[in-house]
Amino acid sequence: MLGWELPPYNSGGLGEACLGLARALSKNGVEVTFVLPQKVDLDYDFMRIVFADIGEDFKRLQNSYLSYRQWVESYGKDAGSSPFDFISGALRYAENISDIVKKYHTDIIHSHDWLTYPAAIAAKELARKPMLAHIHSTEIDRTGGHFPNPIVYKIEKDGFENADKVLSVSKYTKNILIEDYSINPNKIDVIYNAIDKVSIRNLPPALTEMKNLGYKVVLYLGRITLQKGPEYFVRAARRVLEFEKKTIFVVVGSGDMLERMISEASYSGILDKFIFTGFLRGEEKNRIMQAADLFVMPSVSEPFGIVPLEVISNRTPVMLSRQCGVSEILNHVLKIDFWDIEEMANKIISVLRFRCLHDDLVNESGKELININWDKAAQKCIGVYNQFI
Amino acid sequence: MPSICLYFQVHQPLRVKRYRVFDVGINHKYFDDNSETNLNNKKVLQKVAEKSYLPANKILLELLKKYPEFKISYSFSGVFLEQLKSYMPKVLRSFRKLIETGRVEILSETYYHSLAFFYSKNEFVSQVELHKQVIKDTFGLSPKVFRNTELAYTNDLAFWADKAGYKAILAEGWDPVLGWRSPNFVYKPKGAKRIKLLMKNYKLSDDIAFRFSEKSWSQWPLTTDKFAAWVNAINGNGQVVNLFMDYETFGEHQWADNGIFEFLRDLPRAILSHPDNNFVTPSEAAKRYPAMDEIDVPGIITWADTERDLSAWMGNSIQSSAIRFIYDLEKDVNKTRNKKIIEDWRRLQTSDHFYYMCTKWFSDGDVHKYFNPYESPYDAFISYMNAATDLKFRIEKKLKSKN
Repeated sequence: MLGWELPPYNSGGLGEACLGLARALSKNGVEVTFVLPQKVDLDYDFMRIVFADIGEDFKRLQNSYLSYRQWVESYGKDAGSSPFDFISGALRYAENISDIVKKYHTDIIHSHDWLTYPAAIAAKELARKPMLAHIHSTEIDRTGGHFPNPIVYKIEKDGFENADKVLSVSKYTKNILIEDYSINPNKIDVIYNAIDKVSIRNLPPALTEMKNLGYKVVLYLGRITLQKGPEYFVRAARRVLEFEKKTIFVVVGSGDMLERMISEASYSGILDKFIFTGFLRGEEKNRIMQAADLFVMPSVSEPFGIVPLEVISNRTPVMLSRQCGVSEILNHVLKIDFWDIEEMANKIISVLRFRCLHDDLVNESGKELININWDKAAQKCIGVYNQFI
Repeated sequence: MPSICLYFQVHQPLRVKRYRVFDVGINHKYFDDNSETNLNNKKVLQKVAEKSYLPANKILLELLKKYPEFKISYSFSGVFLEQLKSYMPKVLRSFRKLIETGRVEILSETYYHSLAFFYSKNEFVSQVELHKQVIKDTFGLSPKVFRNTELAYTNDLAFWADKAGYKAILAEGWDPVLGWRSPNFVYKPKGAKRIKLLMKNYKLSDDIAFRFSEKSWSQWPLTTDKFAAWVNAINGNGQVVNLFMDYETFGEHQWADNGIFEFLRDLPRAILSHPDNNFVTPSEAAKRYPAMDEIDVPGIITWADTERDLSAWMGNSIQSSAIRFIYDLEKDVNKTRNKKIIEDWRRLQTSDHFYYMCTKWFSDGDVHKYFNPYESPYDAFISYMNAATDLKFRIEKKLKSKN
């Protein structure tokens, strides 16, 4: 299995998804050798971890989710590393893969996202084994379709075309592969992501002061980037506040559109109803999730989206855009189109007004979560492996 | 013997359009969707009429002409008849033709196809009276047999119907209620004096209504001769076989392509080919056969789902909150004495609104999802509550202006 990152050295959902899947695969009898581009200190006993040692230069290339445009905006011309370093990192990964292929036996090469595809293609040629290209996020998602980096796009397309099978995390992403990459639909299988089953206990309440004053809390949690639709959240908030003045909008996360989000809220005269917490992890993140009366994910384009599952396990209702892969497996959530501000506001207000709606969403989505687990994903994955072994 | 008693339920609700919080206080029309979706009441009615009502009526009229022994019964909701009058008088005429044969009985129910009996007896009685009036005005008949929405039944309801002078009342022939007894006899409700109880033979009814097109069913395909043989097998061990079902069974739930109309067309021949068999209407069944025993139903039974209860209408908290909200308005609604407000309030009582909010099995994409014109139960709740909130404001405004 070829990956780019694993927790805790991860920048986002890719590392989590790779870990969850690898762990469940090994539990279901698959021997996993997980290759990472560079050495990090990891301690997982259920699989072998090896490193391609692509070099010290690439250590700072952490965020595999930045698009080219975001990169330029956030790092400017003086940035020490450029997206081209990512590309050369991916290519160096490919150069270094041969030693690993020689040293470790494999029946299947399973690679995750474009950064690993050049290495996977090289490994396929060297080992003469079938290759699977797993896709968690495309350049089209990351850029909202505006000016995708042509080299990244080309690497992705090469990966899909050279793969014996493409695994996509949703039908939504499968359609992007068909429409924007001209991949044969029959070659693509959908394997939904999941979360590890953890029973999250009730944590000490957060935002108590405001809640005691009768404020309801609507939560945005995720990277503040074009892909996640933060500006739609602000516009819906403005509409909600016309009807429900005692509402606070909490924004958790960071990203290149934070400033835009703040200035839009300020321009609309509702900045006093916003709280920006920055990036939160672990217990702090769970506490905010539990404090919220509703979580909203207005993503413009989201291959899967793991956060709603975490929110549900914290017993908070979820609203998400139909442009999220995860909405394909969740029935007991509210769904909207990300551009439909009026409908978003209509539904937010309803949840704030009717406690019974909040309660039924929490209870029913909680039941639904039981069937969303990595074992299921792993079994489907093994089914695909068996087609080739 | 046995006698076949056919009863068809005919109902279409007035579905609430996508009504947003921004409409509250501004737009007082809740039922006038004109989109291409299934929230468009006129469009749904036209579709079902073409697929089901018109072809089924045509066949039944032929059958009534061909077989002098053939008889059927209907229960029409008032909201259904209202919609026919506005949008499809042609369908209403075809029902009238059937009724003119004199061998079609019309049953009594609540005008608004509501569950009012369990929330407000006064309102329930008003709706039954309204229904009686519309049946009288439309068909010139006075119903003598009562059936409640979704066949929801208890001892209390039977007691009320008995006092109201009905000859019979209908209920589900549910095994836990019947015990060792068969649904194929006439019974008497516990505590009632004169009224008779007719119990649905759900096995034979559902063979047609639910299983007819089901290829995985061991008895598929169902032929009229096979069905008649099952009826004949009851001979000597039962007096009346109550086949109760939605009229949309013909052409809408079971599609024409699967042969449901051919089945209907040939059914009387197959049944009547046994000399002991015949057809009765519910009031004839009650008159002809004695009550064999007393049936005790302290809690509500319905004809719905495997549970035979009302959980599909009031099983979760959005449903129970919505239904509570609407009945809590009763006193103030009546105080307004405003015809339009009272009518809208009653239209919001139709049981279908709450059914659309049902969350059980929503994930499985089963029958509940199939009949739901909303994208989710939560969407149904949101539009409904926004409309009900608007109604509440209208009531408050009206009462304020009166004082």
